[in-house]
Amino acid sequence: MTNYLEFEKGLAEIEGKAEELRALARSNEGMDVEAEAKGLDTKAATIKKDLYSSLTPWQKCQVARHPERPHCRVYVDQLFEEFTPLAGDRTFADDYAVMGGLARFRGTPVVVLGHEKGHDTRTRIEHNFGMARPEGYRKAIRLMDLADRFGLPLITLVDTPGAYPGKGAEERGQSEAIARSTQKCLSLGVPLASVIIGEGGSGGAVAFATANRIAMLEHSIYSVISPEGCASILWKDAEKMREAAGALRLTAQDLQKLGVIDRIVKEPLGGAHRHAKDAVNAVGDAIEAMLEEMSGMDRKALIADRRQKFIGMGSKGLAA
Amino acid sequence: MNWITNYVRPKINSLFSRREVPENLWTKCPECGTMLFHRELRDNLNVCSACDHHMSITPRDRFATLFDGGTFVEVKVPDPVTDPLQFRDQKRYGDRLKTAQRQTGEHEAMLVAEGEIGRTPVVAAAQDFSFMAGSMGMYVGNAIIAAAERAVKLKRPLILFSAAGGARMQEGILSLMQMPRTTVAVDMLKDAGLPYIVVLTHPTTGGVTASYAMLGDVHISEPNALICFAGPRVIEQTIREKLPEGFQRAEYLLDHGMLDRVTHRKQLRQELIQITRMLLGLPQAVAGDLPAPDPEPAPVPLPEPAEATKGDTGKTPAAPAPDEQGKPGAAVQAASTKPPAK
Ligand SMILES: [Zn+2]
Repeated sequence: MTNYLEFEKGLAEIEGKAEELRALARSNEGMDVEAEAKGLDTKAATIKKDLYSSLTPWQKCQVARHPERPHCRVYVDQLFEEFTPLAGDRTFADDYAVMGGLARFRGTPVVVLGHEKGHDTRTRIEHNFGMARPEGYRKAIRLMDLADRFGLPLITLVDTPGAYPGKGAEERGQSEAIARSTQKCLSLGVPLASVIIGEGGSGGAVAFATANRIAMLEHSIYSVISPEGCASILWKDAEKMREAAGALRLTAQDLQKLGVIDRIVKEPLGGAHRHAKDAVNAVGDAIEAMLEEMSGMDRKALIADRRQKFIGMGSKGLAA
Repeated sequence: MNWITNYVRPKINSLFSRREVPENLWTKCPECGTMLFHRELRDNLNVCSACDHHMSITPRDRFATLFDGGTFVEVKVPDPVTDPLQFRDQKRYGDRLKTAQRQTGEHEAMLVAEGEIGRTPVVAAAQDFSFMAGSMGMYVGNAIIAAAERAVKLKRPLILFSAAGGARMQEGILSLMQMPRTTVAVDMLKDAGLPYIVVLTHPTTGGVTASYAMLGDVHISEPNALICFAGPRVIEQTIREKLPEGFQRAEYLLDHGMLDRVTHRKQLRQELIQITRMLLGLPQAVAGDLPAPDPEPAPVPLPEPAEATKGDTGKTPAAPAPDEQGKPGAAVQAASTKPPAK
């Protein structure tokens, strides 16, 4: 069963009708509804196409946060072989909001690292909805260091509402952990490719995405603050999230214009959650292409490339 | 001092309470409510003389008391594209910027300067909380990069005073990108082997704390400054419990290992001189008595004063007058007409 988003109401009705017809035909032998159902299918496909080719920024936020959207674990399972999870920050704990380890990506040994949100109530709580604590960033730093020392490319998959705003997280140095993780990204002498697969939430995303190459799924978002948070501060009304989402320019399309990301990975019609397998494979191809672009670069060049990328970022505004 | 406060102040307070308090002459301490006369407050570095509360201080006022003789030269910061996202909430971002500029008389939320502290050449950058809550956007990023580049060029330490409500939301993702951008600036200093001292002042929050403010070689904070990633209100809403007294304040962070020191604003300058000189391997600074300024140029050109005093590395000028030569190796805090040795 698909979870429809509020703006998909029309689509839900038509797909529901087609479904009903077919169910009716199954219980009434000799009844032929296929022609009519097919017509509804075509209509639904048209609606889907129209909807998804012109999603508003707020609608994209909803798609990016869709509960059935493939999350980090799905990508790791489908795109990587011999995934060997590595745990812990060697200081305090293992943070389940961050998953990572050694793996083979299309034959090449790499380190893969990402935010894991979980897929049902139990796992979402276990993974803290993908909101990392300092331990998560410190574990990431450890794995980045491992990649660096053994010359393995690093692939990061970003999908977090943001770093966890909790008492213990603050006491154990959330700020310092994020800052060090960003700094570690910048210091790596190995290729670092990032993909924003869902939500790129603020500093918690930057700590993983300070990369040589950054890709974004077509309907993902990447922002300094959630639209709701922005609306409540600047509009003094959290209900103004639609306006805030528009003003923040958090879509992949705007971010590419601003020169913040390098490429957009097209999603299957109706969003990554409707055809997860295709979405994941498309991301795999993007990762391969990004690693390919960096294949001739040595340590020094990779570090310089990353520094220049960020120093020059934003210098032209939307005209970039 | 306290008895004066308790005895005299109420009279002054009652004198003024009948009329409108002139806005610019008196400031009410937000902590204890004492009315403080502007000149007295200024002389006290914007610290309440009654309760020691550290009020915010503009970068210009801070630099005036930080640098020797209040002398500093501004480092030029490249202007970014104005309003890169054409952002509009209830007001246009461009209009908000203009209002902030009019209210503060400043161009943006960070001031960068070079000068000397205790005869130690440094570059300093200070964030201006009065300018859109000191928020970090492209300009602040440019300022920190300019400060780091200048420090590397002149081989000087960078002292950074942070104060910010966080990222400049009106610059959206570009404000977020200042986290990695400013981290590159910090790395430039690191590569050049130069000290980077952060002074965290009230408040330092959000993306600012989670980037350049937490990457210093030494972290000093002013007393009771709020320093955090997520603000206390956000945390209380998330965990639905009351936070302990003093949570996320400087002293709390010191206890939790995030800071090296919590230092009163009045001792800060001396401490910064001390720390930077040690990190640079310079001799101890001795605060000599200020010699009377000589109105006439010296009749006979003296030999290069820097050579007259032994033990100095040459990075700092030595005693300017012959009567100071009894303190070899000292960087004397004195008014000198000599330009500092490079
Ligand atoms: Zn007071």
